[in-house]
Amino acid sequence: MPTIQEDQQPAGVSRRAVLTGAASAALIAVSPAARATMSEMDEAIAAFTKGAPIKQGGVKVDIPILLESGNSVPAVVSVESPMTVADHVVKVALFNEKNPMPQIAIFTFGPKSGRAWVSTRIRLSDSQKVVAVAQMSDGGFRMGMIEVIVTLPACAEER
Amino acid sequence: MKSAAPVGALALIAALGAFAALAQIAEADRKSGSAFMSAQTQQMQHDDGTNPGMLSALDGESLWKTKTGGADKSCADCHGEAQTSMKGVAARFPAFNEASQTPIDLQGRINLCRQDQQKDTPLAPESRDLLALSTFIGLQSRGMPTAPPDDQRLTPFRERGRALWSQRMGQLNFSCAQCHEDNWGKHLGSAPIPQAHANAYPIYRLEWQGMGSLQRRLRNCMSGVRAQAFPYGAQEFIELELYLAQRARGMPVETPGVRP
Amino acid sequence: MARALVNVPTKVKRGDVVEIKVLISHPMETGFRPDPNGKFYPRDILKSFACTYDSEHVFSAELFPAVSANPFLSFTVVATQTGVLTFSWTDDKDQTQVQTAKIEVE
Repeated sequence: MPTIQEDQQPAGVSRRAVLTGAASAALIAVSPAARATMSEMDEAIAAFTKGAPIKQGGVKVDIPILLESGNSVPAVVSVESPMTVADHVVKVALFNEKNPMPQIAIFTFGPKSGRAWVSTRIRLSDSQKVVAVAQMSDGGFRMGMIEVIVTLPACAEER
Repeated sequence: MKSAAPVGALALIAALGAFAALAQIAEADRKSGSAFMSAQTQQMQHDDGTNPGMLSALDGESLWKTKTGGADKSCADCHGEAQTSMKGVAARFPAFNEASQTPIDLQGRINLCRQDQQKDTPLAPESRDLLALSTFIGLQSRGMPTAPPDDQRLTPFRERGRALWSQRMGQLNFSCAQCHEDNWGKHLGSAPIPQAHANAYPIYRLEWQGMGSLQRRLRNCMSGVRAQAFPYGAQEFIELELYLAQRARGMPVETPGVRP
Repeated sequence: MARALVNVPTKVKRGDVVEIKVLISHPMETGFRPDPNGKFYPRDILKSFACTYDSEHVFSAELFPAVSANPFLSFTVVATQTGVLTFSWTDDKDQTQVQTAKIEVE
């Protein structure tokens, strides 16, 4: 099986090729490809919040910064909340910047959850940003994020 | 591989073999592949609630009890509860098979039972069912020391395995020993080079997103050095497995292991 | 159907926040992976998961192709009464697999 980097490459233009070209043209400026995917993630976040403003903080995305495989990345998301009927987290959505799809998962909690906490394993096609957005019971939104580096296993399988 | 090698090449192989023997990892320095993984991957292996290999073991447990083949017999019909009858069995493989006068590995043993006792067709290499049964049987040895049998008949095969371990191969012209004896603990790209102990197979490899046997892993290494990999079930693999079992003697079985 | 592994503490105290772990075998084929001929393997994923506690919703998830093969989820519930936790996974073809576990509250 090819590595996930190739697996998850969208059809058509290779992102890596675009990025390499862009990087040589301007090291500091954000490449057009990166900007396009950034906005894809932003669009997905806006669809989740229906355009409502998002406050920073109170949401923690816990992923080891250096990953030994992008195929199974341990991710833990937690939100500061008393988790009472009056004040709890309703949903937490997890997004990424560079996979073919910006969504990863949307978790629904309730006061019976006890904690706004979830642990899962996700795929990341490349080193990138992972964002968690929490919808609170008062209708407000909060977010947290992390930047991670995905490395490749040595001697990957040939298919 | 089987063609007669010139005497010079043979001498070189012998010399490399001797070198590898000198460079062999001291018993006190031996480390399981799990020692080279991230804390998160270690935890994933150690917790049966998170180790995906346990799904395969559960599949194996139900296969163990399933009647199959012309004989309409299950593994359990002959062997009873695997928890007792299979305790320590996987830790002793590969073993010598009287009928064929050759060594066989655990998968080979399962398929012999399937053909001779159950009167069924052998399970394909790397098939879900063969991996599941060997994972379930391997699990019954978890925590027990790797214990290759002291069977003199195995010696010539094991010695050929030892020679293969030190034999350069592929376009990159590397031997197993060059990475896993001489350079373990260093990195290939960002991945640490482990000592390549075969004490956790079948493993759930994150790269594969599934289970795989030791032979699949050996084939990965062979394609890594750009060598033509031996086919599944090749005598060379059984010989390598024999040598690897000897090399990991006493190390606890971890089946089902999780590896990056 | 697929093999699932559910981990629920069996005996807990009333009011405890208990951790639940679920693991199910599924390839989570993304739909973005090309076969040797360059065609994409068709998407086949588990698209949702839900956990109820004596038929009351406690946790659920909408899953996308970025969730790893053999999906793993761990979450918490407040142990309020002795009862049954029901776990269900639904795939792209709307086939649902259900597994239950007892929880005993002292």
